[in-house]
Amino acid sequence: MPDARYRGKSPQTFLLDVVDAPMRALQRVVGVPRIAWLFVAPNLLILALFTFLPIVIDFAYAFTGGAELYPGRRPWVGGENFATLFECTNYLDPSTCRKDLFWRSIFNTGKFAIVQVGLMVLFSLITALVLNRRIVARGFFRGVFFYPVLLSPVVVALVWKWVLQREGVLNALLAGAGASPVGWLTDAGWAFFWVVFVSIWAHMGFYTLILLAGLQAIPRDLYEAAEMDSASPWRRFSRITLPLLMPNLIVVLVLGLIRAVQVFDEVFVLTGGGPGSATMFIVQFIYQTGFAESIRLYGLAAAASLVLALTLLVLTFAQLRLTRRSLDNRATSRDV
Amino acid sequence: MFSQLRWLVARRGVARADWTDWLAWSYLLLGVLLMFGPVVWLVLSSFKTPAALNEFPPRLLPYGQKSVAVAGHTDALPVYRAKLPDGSVRELAELHRIGIQSTLVDPAAPEREYKVNIRDREPVRELAFAVGNYTEIFGKFSFGTYLWNSVFITVVATLITLLFNAMAAFALSKYRFRGRDAVFLLIISTLMIPPTIILVPNFLVVSELGMLNSLWGVIWPAVATPTGVFLLRQYMLTIPDELIDAARMDNASEWRIFWRIVLPLAAPALAVLAIFSVMWRWNDFLWPLIVLSRSEKFTLQLALNAFQGELTTQWHYLLAMTVITLLPVTLVFAFLQRHITAGIASAGIK
Repeated sequence: MPDARYRGKSPQTFLLDVVDAPMRALQRVVGVPRIAWLFVAPNLLILALFTFLPIVIDFAYAFTGGAELYPGRRPWVGGENFATLFECTNYLDPSTCRKDLFWRSIFNTGKFAIVQVGLMVLFSLITALVLNRRIVARGFFRGVFFYPVLLSPVVVALVWKWVLQREGVLNALLAGAGASPVGWLTDAGWAFFWVVFVSIWAHMGFYTLILLAGLQAIPRDLYEAAEMDSASPWRRFSRITLPLLMPNLIVVLVLGLIRAVQVFDEVFVLTGGGPGSATMFIVQFIYQTGFAESIRLYGLAAAASLVLALTLLVLTFAQLRLTRRSLDNRATSRDV
Repeated sequence: MFSQLRWLVARRGVARADWTDWLAWSYLLLGVLLMFGPVVWLVLSSFKTPAALNEFPPRLLPYGQKSVAVAGHTDALPVYRAKLPDGSVRELAELHRIGIQSTLVDPAAPEREYKVNIRDREPVRELAFAVGNYTEIFGKFSFGTYLWNSVFITVVATLITLLFNAMAAFALSKYRFRGRDAVFLLIISTLMIPPTIILVPNFLVVSELGMLNSLWGVIWPAVATPTGVFLLRQYMLTIPDELIDAARMDNASEWRIFWRIVLPLAAPALAVLAIFSVMWRWNDFLWPLIVLSRSEKFTLQLALNAFQGELTTQWHYLLAMTVITLLPVTLVFAFLQRHITAGIASAGIK
């Protein structure tokens, strides 16, 4: 064989040889350029089966009714599922809606997304600014803020549940200070607060890293020039740091929003959506409607999924437009 | 005292620390406390006995009651510090307790029994790690099965992810063929379709393929990651085409070129993707929750979720399980943190 140079004798090269013979024969038949399709085929097949096909079926579910799983056996109901979701006498008051849980979860998700993303971007920015200083053990501190990002949502929820439970360490500290214990996860207001807090705790490390990368890309000589002109620290921040960091900030903001709208795992384990429906979010509504109830309303769940998909689509396009515009601004401001 | 600490707080190349340095340093210390504190607390708690866990207010370190072997008794007896009627205080082992009266003996001289009111004795405590929490969960909850399921899904899905994504990335970076850009765009566009919006139809697809309550039902839908294809393609673009052309001259087949030249050269990018894939699959929750409903197919995450509903009275087992679940990720973090953060900073993936 002429290609002996690429031959080895270990087990994985044996495996290679086994696959190689048919591949070589195929290559002779279809030609080299078209063999590329063979390389992308497995990936495309998986995507077609588990991503593209489901999108089509999603619509089939959303416009059919009943509890049957097979779309062929489901009766066509037109827009009834959407009508059910959107039937309200007063859209600002979830309790007047037919599916009050859906509207409550929409309201909660909106509130959560705004509060959580706003605070998370703020704290990520502060942390990135602190980490961008020339401090001792910077790598270690960067790791500290990043560590929770790697933990699984279930572990995150259990770690905090253990701290927050009625006889947990937080209430013990309160008792030590002479205060009476608080039901952190059984009081609606506090439960919402902790859901926001825990989700910032778990994710801010990721956004801090993106902002830190942006900060480190700002040329140092800009600051040196500003220092020569004796610009105040605040002025340096607002006139150099903030404008040049804007593209990263927008990325962080939109990525955070896309993620916040889909919040589920940590909250599901931490509060289960409760107390009542105080921390019930849209994905949990979809999960419960489609999978956790005794009568599985796939059509309603799919309709709610499409509402979520539309929201995500709008957010994604907003991101694409905003990042492009801010990149343009950045380019033009540098030209001047 | 502050003057000695100043070197620590001051920035590099700046001789004196000003107030902003102190502020930044306090922020970082608070960060360490807040980020690590709850996890450390969980790990310490997981070594406590149920009795120690029920204590309120809790102690920082796991303490247990000291016990001692006494001649003539098969079980070790609990040790108390008792105030005897004559006013002396001694450490004695308790034989039994009836009502409010406790019968104690001196472990060194067990012949003589002392009778003491239970209010006059208090337990002697010592640092004791309840390792039993960890050993018992394997026998009691088929914890080994969940661990195996999680490891199987993580390892197999990661291997398939690496292979499939690398194949696609190879084709998209090293060949010119009609529709190449369309295929690339198609793969990348799936980034915009999160699994949360196709839960219901994916459930149908997986059940039609007969993969409900099978680990493969979790593995297959997850292996074609667009981020992986993107990451590997960007890296493979930097591999010179001359290498491939030279191999073709030597009559190597395309598959052999991929396997023997491109894959080894793309090892750094494959390593980054492997780390990410391991974390994604190990931590997966919502999709396994839908596919795996029989408890013998549960992953660690699902088992934890199921137990935290049922075992609220048995926190000592739940805590030990949680620690085992977070252990692999913590090890990955400790040894590979630099690679992960570099990967995120450059590709913006998660």
